[in-house]
Amino acid sequence: MSAGGLDTIEATRDALAGAGYLADERTALVSFLASQLGKPVLVEGPAGVGKTELAKALSRATGRELIRLQCYEGLDEAKALYEWNYRKQLLRIQTEATDAGWQEVRDDIFGEEFLLARPLLTAIAAEEPVVLLIDEIDKTDQEFEAMLLEVLSDFQISIPELGVVEARTQPLVLLTSNNSRELTEALKRRCLYLWLDYPSVDRELEIVRLHAPDIDERMARRLVEVIHMVRSLDLKKPPSIAESIDWARALLLLGAEDVDQAVLEQTMSIIVKHRTDLDLVAERVGVKLGDGILGAGRQAG
Amino acid sequence: MASSEPAGRRANSGLYGGMPGRPGPPGMAARLLELADEMRGEGVAVGTSELLDAFDALNAVSWESQEDFREALGATLAKSQEDRHVLDVLFDRFFFRAVEREAVDRGLTDERFTGGEGIDLEDLRERIRDAIRAGSDGEMRDLARLAIVAFGRQGEGSGVIGVDVQRIRRSLGLRGERQQSAGTELPDPDAVPRDNLQQFEQHVRRELERLLIERTRALPPARPLRELDRALPSNPAQDLSEVHRVVAQMKRRLASHGREHRGRRRSWAVDVRRTMRASLQTGGVPLDLKYRPRRPRRPELYVLCDVSTSVTSASVFFLSVLHALHDQFRKLRSFVFVERISEVTDVFERERSFTAVSRRIATDAGVADVSGYTDYGRVWLEFLDSVVDDLDPRSTVIVLGDARTNGREPHAAAFGRVAEAAGRTLWINPEPKLYWNYGDSVMAAYEPFCNGVYECWTTKQLEAFVNDLADLRAG
Repeated sequence: MSAGGLDTIEATRDALAGAGYLADERTALVSFLASQLGKPVLVEGPAGVGKTELAKALSRATGRELIRLQCYEGLDEAKALYEWNYRKQLLRIQTEATDAGWQEVRDDIFGEEFLLARPLLTAIAAEEPVVLLIDEIDKTDQEFEAMLLEVLSDFQISIPELGVVEARTQPLVLLTSNNSRELTEALKRRCLYLWLDYPSVDRELEIVRLHAPDIDERMARRLVEVIHMVRSLDLKKPPSIAESIDWARALLLLGAEDVDQAVLEQTMSIIVKHRTDLDLVAERVGVKLGDGILGAGRQAG
Repeated sequence: MASSEPAGRRANSGLYGGMPGRPGPPGMAARLLELADEMRGEGVAVGTSELLDAFDALNAVSWESQEDFREALGATLAKSQEDRHVLDVLFDRFFFRAVEREAVDRGLTDERFTGGEGIDLEDLRERIRDAIRAGSDGEMRDLARLAIVAFGRQGEGSGVIGVDVQRIRRSLGLRGERQQSAGTELPDPDAVPRDNLQQFEQHVRRELERLLIERTRALPPARPLRELDRALPSNPAQDLSEVHRVVAQMKRRLASHGREHRGRRRSWAVDVRRTMRASLQTGGVPLDLKYRPRRPRRPELYVLCDVSTSVTSASVFFLSVLHALHDQFRKLRSFVFVERISEVTDVFERERSFTAVSRRIATDAGVADVSGYTDYGRVWLEFLDSVVDDLDPRSTVIVLGDARTNGREPHAAAFGRVAEAAGRTLWINPEPKLYWNYGDSVMAAYEPFCNGVYECWTTKQLEAFVNDLADLRAG
């Protein structure tokens, strides 16, 4: 089973790049495998490395619709799978003539007309193949995970009153996790595994230049180097890729010529979002920029 | 070459050191199963379904690129980052070995470069440094061979590959670049990028292994990966943000821990008084049993940490973990000691940065007296003197130390009195169990007084311990 445009690893990478996502070797390969084998992918990694973005890019690259299920604590079947539309059912019963047989009414009100499809059912029942994103699966509880097993391994959902709804097309499924709790073995077993980490300087440079094409090459490199330096500090929340793109755009708007101490101090709040972190970055990175140490040894690059 | 006589192969098969011969069918499937077996040996759960997936995945990718091959296995066999690390190490060893084994099988030897005397050492040094800076993989491999030939002659190898690698690195005068946080000093002109240097060392290691295999005509025995690969931070220069990330994760895991038991009744105690009162409504027949509410145990902790040089990082790390988990405990008081003991609870409350804490402990705590060696006996006496009155049966005393007294009197009886005053006494030893009671370690003297002794030198062990400690079901 293959999805449009993902027939080889190179094609996958190109398709993703065309959708504005620069995938590394590993990401391209796993996306390719997912489309070939029809298996869900479990994507783990720190916040802000583009886990969700990968799903969006896959949907753009394949031209499939993206169906997203955002997980949270207490998420249950009624919100994820399907729900009966009680009010409509009630109305139906009230308008029904009183002498209608029970059997008739029951067959009537448990029909597809009264079913509210939630993301998982929507994805399974879709006419066209879709990309299904189950975001932050680690936020749910274990019961929910267990419920997912049927969906993920057989791509079917059983509704007692209607029978089993089977997938007409194979959806491309991505699950993301911040690893805040250990997922069950059973779930992991059904998935391909992809660990995403912060990209290398060169890759991030490409990403920034892709999304902020007007930025000067030298300045972009310096910006990415500063971001990497900031990430290497012990911060509460290290800057994500999206934040480095935002920063690049902001610097463009401000017409900054170079990333120096003054610029950093003015615009730091775009990449660092905690008060204590701000102090730390100003102290450690700002001083280095002020001295002109950074970049002195790196002209070669 | 491939046609070397099969008879010779059979005759050779007895030479493979401790390795068993190769039973079973040839081919890729069998090799993959062997790899999976090795992974299981390292504690990675590789099930049949994972293996089937791996075969499917390998059908979908081309085998020409080692990278794709490895990634395909990685995506299907390894389901966490730790698993992935194990796979990477095993993969290298396994497939690298497979080539070596084939060579031993067929009696192949390499064309050896033998012009070692003619090499100008200064020139070689320069070339290696350039190659490492440029990061060219092929060149580094070639130069690694040259370096081994050139320096192998100066003296016999030690026979231990790790030692030889370091020896060659030193004689080449290669240094990694300082970490960026090292401050404002100018970069060392001789230093080379750290990652590339590691890559070069890797090449030297491989070449040495290859030579060893050729010399002995046997493969080294497969040895389990040492747990140390996944160990706790052992030197202060290590990446502390990494450490904090571990702590943050552990905190979240602990917070969600126990939730799986929500809503399930487990061995509750009947509250007699409330049951009797409820029974009044039913004429004195206790139809409705009332249970005592289950309250989480929140222990009162007294943590004593050895911060002598041998264990500093482990203990400061441990203390910062406990302080990060502060809200799990009713009360937490921390002490550090070397020769004397001193309370540092407030240091942790005020300082957020790990380095600042280490610095303040080093400068202000005043725990080192003259020699800087740990004196456990004296510490117990002082602790008895100053704090023991605060201990009560609800309190838990945790000692973190290697129990190395440097030959001084252990005063186990004093420790016994501390343990008696406290409800629970736990000892965490950052050394592997294997080293306990060797040399000046007197673990055996203290062990009888403890309710539990734990070895704790990986984050996993630490997490398991903290889990036990904060466990709702405990005691």
